[in-house]
Amino acid sequence: MTDLYQSQRAMRNKRSAAMQRGVIAVLDVGSWKIACFVLRFDGPSDFAESDGIGSMAGQSRFRVIGAATTRSRGVRFGEIDAMHETERAIRTAVQAAQKMANVRVDHVIVCFSGARPRSYGLAGRVELHDGTVSDNCVARVLSSCDVPDYGPDREILHAQPVNFAVDHRSGLSDPREQAGNSLSVDMHMLSVDRTPIENLLYCIKRCDLELAGLASSAYASGIASLVEDEQELGAACIDLGGGSTGLSIFIKKHMIYADTVRMGGDHVTSDISQGLQVPMSTAERIKTFYGGVQATGMDDREMIDLSSDTGDWEHDRRSVSRSEVIGVMRPRLEETLEEVRALLDAAGFDHLPSQRIVLTGGGSQLPGLDGLATKILGQQVRLGRPLRVQGLPQSVTGPSFASAVGTCLFAAHPQDEWWDFDVPVDSYPARSLKRAVRWFKDNW
Amino acid sequence: MRSLRPRKRSMPQHDPAPSRVAYRLNRLWLTPHFRRFLRFGLPVLCVLTAFAVFVSDQERVDGLVDRMVELRRSVEERPEFMVNLMAIDGASADLAVDIREVVPVDLPRSSFDLDLEAMRQQVESLDAVRSAKLSVKSGGVLQVDVTERVPAVVWRSPDGLELLDAEGHRVAALDSRKSRPDLMLIAGEGADHAVAEALALAHAAAPVHDRMIGLIRVAEHRWDIVLDRGQRIMLPERSPRVALDRVMALNGVQDLLARDLVRVDFRNPKRPILRLGADALAALEAESTNEDKRNSN
Repeated sequence: MTDLYQSQRAMRNKRSAAMQRGVIAVLDVGSWKIACFVLRFDGPSDFAESDGIGSMAGQSRFRVIGAATTRSRGVRFGEIDAMHETERAIRTAVQAAQKMANVRVDHVIVCFSGARPRSYGLAGRVELHDGTVSDNCVARVLSSCDVPDYGPDREILHAQPVNFAVDHRSGLSDPREQAGNSLSVDMHMLSVDRTPIENLLYCIKRCDLELAGLASSAYASGIASLVEDEQELGAACIDLGGGSTGLSIFIKKHMIYADTVRMGGDHVTSDISQGLQVPMSTAERIKTFYGGVQATGMDDREMIDLSSDTGDWEHDRRSVSRSEVIGVMRPRLEETLEEVRALLDAAGFDHLPSQRIVLTGGGSQLPGLDGLATKILGQQVRLGRPLRVQGLPQSVTGPSFASAVGTCLFAAHPQDEWWDFDVPVDSYPARSLKRAVRWFKDNW
Repeated sequence: MRSLRPRKRSMPQHDPAPSRVAYRLNRLWLTPHFRRFLRFGLPVLCVLTAFAVFVSDQERVDGLVDRMVELRRSVEERPEFMVNLMAIDGASADLAVDIREVVPVDLPRSSFDLDLEAMRQQVESLDAVRSAKLSVKSGGVLQVDVTERVPAVVWRSPDGLELLDAEGHRVAALDSRKSRPDLMLIAGEGADHAVAEALALAHAAAPVHDRMIGLIRVAEHRWDIVLDRGQRIMLPERSPRVALDRVMALNGVQDLLARDLVRVDFRNPKRPILRLGADALAALEAESTNEDKRNSN
């Protein structure tokens, strides 16, 4: 895990370099669209972070000075499928955002939804030598977590300490300087497949950008669209994207679970295309204009023309009622939500004190989806829009940009991760001189 | 399923993505240093390079300098700027001739070439000129306005007769005293430094003006007034005017100077001395012997 620690550390350094330069780009590589925001950091934040140890990585106020979206090409299920197509799409988005911002960006923070994230809850425990918790103790307890075997070709994307306990007092957000005999920690770790990340890195590198951070889009849309009390009391954020549906569960302002369902709006479109025998573009248009989940009597009478250009009169003059479209769409949406339900059950969501579920992402704009979700997921469902951030154009404030906005927040106010803490002193014995100096300092 | 009819869109669907080169150039263009270089550094560099290339060839530089000089000449020698004649006002005919001699410009000449200040100084270097004002007037006239020095006294200097003005400045040489009998004569070394005092004394001596021959500066510190019949009034160095006034008062009351006196010595005003003429002295001595005889008798 040391090389992972080093690479994440390097990304943190690049992020601080970008903060020093004042400009950073945020890239949301989705299956439906690629969004790029250019952020300008205005200086240290006056945003008081009450929870957690505080920001080890540094925080900043920011405003969005450039925003651009392009249709995603070569991405399926949130993973890069055709490298050069994706690279060109990223180039398009980055160049347009740079043009709007009129500034060159070199550092980019990327969020993506695929790569099969998997959550692990880790626990670690150390004895305290001198009776109080120091920074070093926090680092020691974090590195003492027993890391599960998460697979040979997987990487760790997030590793956040969620909860600290000193002796038997649990629920501490900042254990430093507390008196006790032992310190234990609960950590949430998210691992993803290595290959998609490597592909993404290759694309970023081909665009002459430097990666300053990676985020899971489920996590990003959670921090963007869950309001503060939902994050505190416990809520699930469901990001209905184009190629995959992300799920993240938050409690006490920390993500404790994230997963994705590899189904999304694109599958609904392809169902319409197959079911109605229309091209994908027409199917997408029908979905966005006439889509729904609950057919009513009115919908039987609302006919939709399926005009096409085959030359066959019968084929070109077809029309379907809106009920039929709904009938095609609904099973796929039900299936998706049921998969989400299964994941929530597996994560033990029903044991949380609050059962709030927030739907966001482009798919949540479908009329009537909250009603369907209520039937499948539980009563407390609401539609979420991302947080309003300064300088964001009106056109990109919709729920489809939840993960992009969340990545902005992640870039400006990252939560502490394992690699924000120093490696405990014990783990490098080579630096004996430093230890000697420390010994002198302690004893004289 | 491919449609049989051609697409309604006439524009071919092109890739919106920038090529890699275009993307890189765009980013380069957005680089602040590069922008600053293009906006400021590059033009300066171009100008400097052009200048350096130009300067590296001496022939070209000479050609440019020649062209500039020629251009300047052609402007300067336009008839509008030419000075054709010199008009001298306020100077006598002789002085005008002198001025024309001393001003070394051969007209016609461009007004740009005339150094009026130097010419003015040259004109003023003439003794007879108190001040001069030079200006170029329209119509190509160099106007010289001269104020002449007015001769006030004739000074019999060691080098000959000279005319001095009231300030003691030399005006001209004089051939003979007779040519300016109206002016007072002064003599003696250093007399030219005290012309003002001499004039004041001459003014004070107005009652004996018709008898006055001149003033002599003695030992460069005091004046003697020389009258006819060999009379001299010797004035002190300090406040000679007061002493002269006393002499004039004595003269007015007792006709002092009409008597047979050779010297009226007021060099020490507290103790004026009169030296009598030979006849007066003889008469005085005779009178005193008569008195003695009368007394002895």
